[in-house]
Amino acid sequence: MDFSLTEEQQMFRDLFREFAEKEIAPIAEHSDREEQPPVELLKRAAAQGFLGATLPEAYGGAGMDYLTYTLLVEEIAKHCLSTALTIGIHTALASMSILDAGTEAQKRAYLPRLAGGELAAFALSEPDAGSDPGALQTRARRENGAFYLDGVKTWVSNGGLASVFVVFASTEPGRRHQGLSAFIVENGAPCVTVGHREPTLGLRSVDIRTIYFDDGHVPVENLLGPLNGGWPIVLRAFNRVRLSLAASALGAAEGALALGVKFAVERKQFGGPIAYKQAMQNYVADCAVEIEALRHLVRYAAWLADAGQEYGRYASMAKYFGARVAKETANKMLQVHGGYGFSDEYTISRIYRDVRALRLLGGTDEIQRYAVARGVFDEQGLKIQP
Amino acid sequence: MDFTFPPEFIAFRRMVREFCEEELRPRAKDVDHTGNVDPGVLRQMGGLGMLGVPFSQEYSGLGLGEMGYCILMEELNRVCPSTATIVGAHTGIGAMSLYLDGAPALKRKYMPDLCTGRKLAAFALTEPNAGSDAAGIQLRATLEGDSYFLDGQKMWITNGPIADVIMVLAVTDPALGARGGATVFAVEKEWQGFEPGKPERKMGLHGSPTSLLTFDEVRVPKENVVGQVGLGFVTFMKTLDLGRITIGAAGLGGAQASLEASVRWAKARSQFGRQIAHMQSIQFLLAEMAAETEALRSLVYRTTWLVETGQPFSKEADMCKLFGSEVASRCIDRALQIHGALGYSRDFHIERGWRDARIAEIFEGTNEIQRIVIAEHLMQEAGVRIRP
Repeated sequence: MDFSLTEEQQMFRDLFREFAEKEIAPIAEHSDREEQPPVELLKRAAAQGFLGATLPEAYGGAGMDYLTYTLLVEEIAKHCLSTALTIGIHTALASMSILDAGTEAQKRAYLPRLAGGELAAFALSEPDAGSDPGALQTRARRENGAFYLDGVKTWVSNGGLASVFVVFASTEPGRRHQGLSAFIVENGAPCVTVGHREPTLGLRSVDIRTIYFDDGHVPVENLLGPLNGGWPIVLRAFNRVRLSLAASALGAAEGALALGVKFAVERKQFGGPIAYKQAMQNYVADCAVEIEALRHLVRYAAWLADAGQEYGRYASMAKYFGARVAKETANKMLQVHGGYGFSDEYTISRIYRDVRALRLLGGTDEIQRYAVARGVFDEQGLKIQP
Repeated sequence: MDFTFPPEFIAFRRMVREFCEEELRPRAKDVDHTGNVDPGVLRQMGGLGMLGVPFSQEYSGLGLGEMGYCILMEELNRVCPSTATIVGAHTGIGAMSLYLDGAPALKRKYMPDLCTGRKLAAFALTEPNAGSDAAGIQLRATLEGDSYFLDGQKMWITNGPIADVIMVLAVTDPALGARGGATVFAVEKEWQGFEPGKPERKMGLHGSPTSLLTFDEVRVPKENVVGQVGLGFVTFMKTLDLGRITIGAAGLGGAQASLEASVRWAKARSQFGRQIAHMQSIQFLLAEMAAETEALRSLVYRTTWLVETGQPFSKEADMCKLFGSEVASRCIDRALQIHGALGYSRDFHIERGWRDARIAEIFEGTNEIQRIVIAEHLMQEAGVRIRP
């Protein structure tokens, strides 16, 4: 057992931290207020290799291990959860799916672009298929050596910015999950229409869209993975993104705690800093304990992934626990701020709005608990259904 | 024991609910987006008596007491928390402090206009350096001849930018401070030297304007002293006691709305081939919401009964504020979870309720202060005086 980061990981963490403090912290509030994705910032992140963090160097990536990747996301999320999710969805969910299931030709065609600054999105959810992707209505019809995609995807993060979509559609309706296939579709293809930008409670600089596919021609070479082999791609993508979201939750919680602590030291009531009050001390202590527990759960899940072991259940645990810790930490630290916490002039209210999304996206709390319980009961030889 | 409401209160609730459904619900989204409650709607409410519900008919109030007022706040907050907050700051603390301790002449001067909506009131206690430590106020009132001159600042004042008459707590005797040296004044917005600030940008309650108030040697005639000189802190604390019950009532309305929306959605939404109502995770959330909402309902209306029957109610009022604001927050948070991604969208109303609910855990005495005060009551009963 060794809990220290390697020298290389420490070096990377310092680099991430410096980038986040210098480039992200100063613009986070503006991005939220204007609801504008930080496009220039993303280019600078790409120049640092962050957008291809976990992609192999052979495809233009930085070749980081998962643990190092969680450090990246954590440091970014300390200052801006929106940016952490934009990058997390681009890397862990979308780009890595092409690495995971793509042919050599597909990897060569897309990954260097995605490591170099173009963004990717992952189009899975639909109006009637949120927690239950088996109910997808988007169809891919095969005709004359091509596929024709038809359907509506909702809650597609990076939807308006992405140049590449990984899209899931049913190629064998009636077989639910087992009839899903994945496709790589270029934004700008005639069949793709970028629709409604979803206005959200928090995460206001994430470009969340409804995307329409209108009986669009997709060449057969854009099928990603085997025909009807989409579901395992989704599951592996979920494992990766849950790890990424858990690390984001860790960073956001740390960011919130730091703000609350600073306020408790500076704010004086009853003749001294409010940090002298046990109520404040208890809030800070509870959050600090939970953050450390979360940090080690995230690190453990990342270590399992790097060791090539099955890590999905731990990614679900870390994501579920992380979303709760981030929510509770933001809530308590907002309370420490008193009336100032309700003001848009203080960062804590943005964090509080932002972190609420973590209990929904990448699988709700309820779905994570199901995933954990399924693993537990599996060991007893019992299959459970949602 | 009789838990039924008297017929006139049932009729009153019906009237308010119809008004809320017809006039407030269609506007609630716009109120959040534009940051404004239509002054015409407030005038309309004044015409219906909704701005003077607890006050006696002698002053043009509806004479429905604390229970009627709680019914109003519950129903308003069920539909539009911004409007409820404006009405609460106006009636429950602004006008209430005048009504409780003001001299009859001063009450005759302002109460009829306040009850009928021709004028709007505010309550100004908090200052930049006096939040939870309310006794630390510094705004000064100096007597010169027949007038006081007010100098200083108030902060986070609900209705600050739109109020016509502001009840202000000021220090008249710095040697005594809040305990015996503070006095309440009724200040009119037109008076020279009074300047409301711009509305604060807040996470929620966008339609309820909150601002800084600046007093630069504002001359206030002696007749506008509310209650006795030196006893203003007592007037304000007594007012806040009553106000805390209505925060519980407002929380009840919010919790009720969360529950209603969640039941509807659990029925409408299907995943995994069945309505999500069939999922135990959803059932538990619904059951917890219902249990907490009913407990809150009993606490609030039992406390109004204590008030109406002349019994001590201060500890229970603190509980109403503490429990009511937290139940409301938990219920809207569960509602958001049940609605999934839709709950997080600004195209739908759940996220607005979520943003609006949070401040009730902070304003009119943070929930930490409520806990301390409840403990003070408990220990006082056991013969111990708690020191801060």
